[in-house]
Amino acid sequence: MTELTIAFTLNGERREVRAAAHETLLTLLRDGLGATEVKDGCGEGVCGTCTVLLDGEPVSSCLLLAARAAGRRVTTVRGLAPVDSPATMKSQPVGSLSPLQQAFVTHGAAQCGFCTPGMLLTAHAFLQQHPRPTRDDIRRAISGNLCRCTGYAKIIDAIEAASAGDAAPAGSAGGRHEG
Amino acid sequence: MPASPFDYHAPATVAEALSTLGALGEDAKVLAGGQSLVPLLTLRLVRPAAVVDIHGLDELRGVRFDGNTLELGALVRHRALELGEGPLGACPLLQEAAALIGNVRVRAMGTIGGSLAHADPAAELPAVIRALDGVLVARGPAGERTIPAAEFFTGLLSTSLRPGELLVAVRLPLPAGRVGYAVEEFTRRAGDFAIVAVMAAVELDGAGRTSRVRVAIAGAGPAPVRLAGVERALAGVEPSEQAFRQAVADQRLEIEPDDDVHASADYRRHLTRVLTARALVRAAARAAKGAGA
Repeated sequence: MTELTIAFTLNGERREVRAAAHETLLTLLRDGLGATEVKDGCGEGVCGTCTVLLDGEPVSSCLLLAARAAGRRVTTVRGLAPVDSPATMKSQPVGSLSPLQQAFVTHGAAQCGFCTPGMLLTAHAFLQQHPRPTRDDIRRAISGNLCRCTGYAKIIDAIEAASAGDAAPAGSAGGRHEG
Repeated sequence: MPASPFDYHAPATVAEALSTLGALGEDAKVLAGGQSLVPLLTLRLVRPAAVVDIHGLDELRGVRFDGNTLELGALVRHRALELGEGPLGACPLLQEAAALIGNVRVRAMGTIGGSLAHADPAAELPAVIRALDGVLVARGPAGERTIPAAEFFTGLLSTSLRPGELLVAVRLPLPAGRVGYAVEEFTRRAGDFAIVAVMAAVELDGAGRTSRVRVAIAGAGPAPVRLAGVERALAGVEPSEQAFRQAVADQRLEIEPDDDVHASADYRRHLTRVLTARALVRAAARAAKGAGA
């Protein structure tokens, strides 16, 4: 068994941790670093709730060995908010949402909420690449993120509202930490 | 479930990777994008003593097109194929097929070499390589050798790679002139493995008749297969939906589908006929327009 020192950036903060080589990024984030906003769903890369952005690109953290995060930028849903960090989380419970997150609130795009972190990260990365999507484009973009409450209509409404066509100009749809 | 503990090696060069693989023998698994291997590890369906992570082998990321042959390094990602930028634009079939692989996260990490070496019977890329008569390039203790796609996929999740060998590249000889490609596949949900997938390439001569037709099927047997009977029947014909439908109805199909939880063997045979005809119609229309895809 190999143990490694892994240095990477998590939501803009530099982290250096020891981890076993067989550990996934998902368990490192949740169990090692307390980033429980990253949800543990199917464990096979299908459901999308463990999505994180790796240098701005959505990946399944359950299918990534933690060692692969070395030297990369990892963004969880906390990294989307413009003034959010673990240190300020408690003092700023509201008012620190990205336009996309705010659109999810406005449109009631969460039922149980378990898929929401992955949905937001997938949608965020998608809107960076496609600032003016059609509803069909949005459907395809989130086809790898499952909502078992089947609340897709409002999720699509929210993403559409946050796209350049409505709520926000293309460049401001996201947070500071990637893109 | 966490994976069983293993020793982890991250070589920086192909030479180093080969010496590591040579020393470890059958105890080692090669990790490329990890989108097939990591779930096998965390489900503990495989428990290798060692994992050789080849993501640092930048020499395997290259793409070259010399006007005839497209050569892709084993670590070219599905996402790059899907975007079809630069020399990858030379092969629209690769682009259309890659867009159907898994979900956006699988495409971000997954690599062409990983998909080919894993050899899932329902995967898109092995069938593309089979349809286009690709050549696999493997390097091992005895040096480099090339393996035609027809000899590479030997069965369910099995290839002719030998212990200690690393798949380093794939070469696709691309036809010049009037050629069109198309993919048809049936899945129950977006991103699922195909129940049946069809890769078609149609080449037309100056008179607009077919000069060569190639069809490869995924999902209807332990490994991708070519429909040699259909291909022979459709050489030198006037392309039409009628001709394509007739050929897939008349010819014996070289597939060996099984019943499983997703579909019966009969249904897979039916899908193969319907989807092959559709793919040929689209590929021929693209060839006639000279558009490729």
